[in-house]
Amino acid sequence: MLFWISTTLKVLVVVGFLAQVAALLLWVERKQSAMMQSRIGPNRATIKIGSLEIRAAGLVHSIADGIKMVWKADWEPTGGDHLLYRLAPIVAIVPALCLCAVLPFGPTVFIDHGRDLYDPAWATDAATLARSVPLQIANLDVGVLFIFAIAGAGVIGAALAGWSSDNKFSLMGGLRAASQMVSYEVAMGLSLVGAMMIYQTVRLDEMVTWQTQHVWGIFVQPVAFVLFVTAAIAETKRVPFDTPEGESELVAGYFTEYAGLKMAMFASGEFVEVCVSSALITTIFLGGWQFPFVQLTGLEFHYLGLNISWHWAHFVVVLVGFITFCLKCAFLIFMQLQVRWTLPRFRYDQIMKLGWRMLLPAALLNVLVTGTVLLFLNSGNG
Amino acid sequence: MPGKTKVLKKPTRTLADQSYLVEVVKGLGTTLKHFFQGTGQMVSGRVPNAVTDPLAEGISTLSYPEEKRAYSERWRGVHRLTHRDDGSPRCVACLCCSTACPAQCIYIKPGEYPEGDKRRGYERYPVEFVIDELRCIFCGFCVEACPCDAIRMDTGTHMTAFDVKSDFVYDKDKLMSMVSQHGTQKSENPRHEPGDSGHPGIDRLHGGH
Ligand code: SF4
Ligand code: SF4
Repeated sequence: MLFWISTTLKVLVVVGFLAQVAALLLWVERKQSAMMQSRIGPNRATIKIGSLEIRAAGLVHSIADGIKMVWKADWEPTGGDHLLYRLAPIVAIVPALCLCAVLPFGPTVFIDHGRDLYDPAWATDAATLARSVPLQIANLDVGVLFIFAIAGAGVIGAALAGWSSDNKFSLMGGLRAASQMVSYEVAMGLSLVGAMMIYQTVRLDEMVTWQTQHVWGIFVQPVAFVLFVTAAIAETKRVPFDTPEGESELVAGYFTEYAGLKMAMFASGEFVEVCVSSALITTIFLGGWQFPFVQLTGLEFHYLGLNISWHWAHFVVVLVGFITFCLKCAFLIFMQLQVRWTLPRFRYDQIMKLGWRMLLPAALLNVLVTGTVLLFLNSGNG
Repeated sequence: MPGKTKVLKKPTRTLADQSYLVEVVKGLGTTLKHFFQGTGQMVSGRVPNAVTDPLAEGISTLSYPEEKRAYSERWRGVHRLTHRDDGSPRCVACLCCSTACPAQCIYIKPGEYPEGDKRRGYERYPVEFVIDELRCIFCGFCVEACPCDAIRMDTGTHMTAFDVKSDFVYDKDKLMSMVSQHGTQKSENPRHEPGDSGHPGIDRLHGGH
């Protein structure tokens, strides 16, 4: 019973949040780029209640945009495949939403022990375990592999949209999206092999646990971090990897022929992807929900000759973990948007070269080096 | 040996340049610096006025509908059909503009003036005059082509965004209702109606040749 209630709640919260995130990120992107480029950015949309004017620093623009999108003419190309045309936006956005199902966004909550100090025995006690809620929608054994499988499915939406629109620009965009995402999928997967070897698991919650007990993934796998971030940005199809929709060449690429809400689905799918990839990077490389030096029992600082142990109640630790996770994601999203407004678009052949001739060999080398080092370390131990 | 050869040194690219990564981080540093500067100026309200101080460092955005920079006289905006003194269109439905239009977005249905009208035999008039402003590329060829100064793009108005594609198709009434930047619906060029003293009086029926 508890399982069903908590899972439903988690799904509602996470999907509800991701549905809003596009509107929020639209505002962040506009305002952030404006601040960078010495502009003011959105500030005009207003909600008037009597003499009260709500502008919320331009946040109202997102609402105005939503309303506008709903009222736009739902135009469809007369040629092409109508069924696939309507299916494509859904196929594009659903995988992005599915991805967040396996991401742990906080430590496991033991409901009956809210005020107690964490005790490792809880995790093995069947009765306590039955009354616990992991802050993760689905705790899959295949973890990371599930993410690769689903993230790979996202490309189908773009390819379908390009194919079914009966427009050569769209087709080119769809082709580019497909080849780009397939290429970077390879580098992305291989870059994580090193991390999996060190964590000795593909389960995301265990990866976070490893990082809380040892050290964040970015310190043991710095090369993989850079490779993975690059590949993740490429997967979101945003600048500098946005040749699938490159305005200056392809009008709007694979969604040229989409209008109104269908167009909005592609656009918001992109933001959801940014969000999910940030959460993924946080989980695998930045210690997930762990705040530096905070363990499940509270603050533990035993370095530089200091010996600080500040014990917190279980719920406080959970809350700190959740907030830390959100902050880390927010930071990564901010950086991804900053990259988007900093770098110019790559040429298409440059993207392919970067993927196959730089990232892929580097990822393979990373696997080799990690494996060798691990072998030596382990033989030393054994 | 003719002349002297000057050997130019090839620009050197260090490994750091080639790896691209270092430069990316530098670039991010620059944009982040700008971001925090801009945010600081915005929050503290130290924002230079774009109109009085357009070259000032920092944010200088025009608050568009309230503050405008004047467009040049030659700026091409949405089309208008100019009026005669009696309020009818100057257009004589010669189809020069629709022929010249590279986007093929002008449709004109010409009509003869009724029997007894003094313009009959000299010129025709547009029964329908439709421009698809969404197809238009705002090249101004139609304005160049018109022999009667009947079509102009001096309205100083942008194409507005509409919700439905058909709203972008401007018909004769809509085109006739547009006014120029200076508020007139006519044209400065004089026009001589048949029978006026300045009218050359040449037409198919009465011409000497
Ligand atoms: S401006 Fe150019 S494209 Fe537009 S109607 Fe005139 S001739 Fe056609
Ligand atoms: S607008 Fe000018 S060019 Fe076009 S049909 Fe009328 S008179 Fe001829």
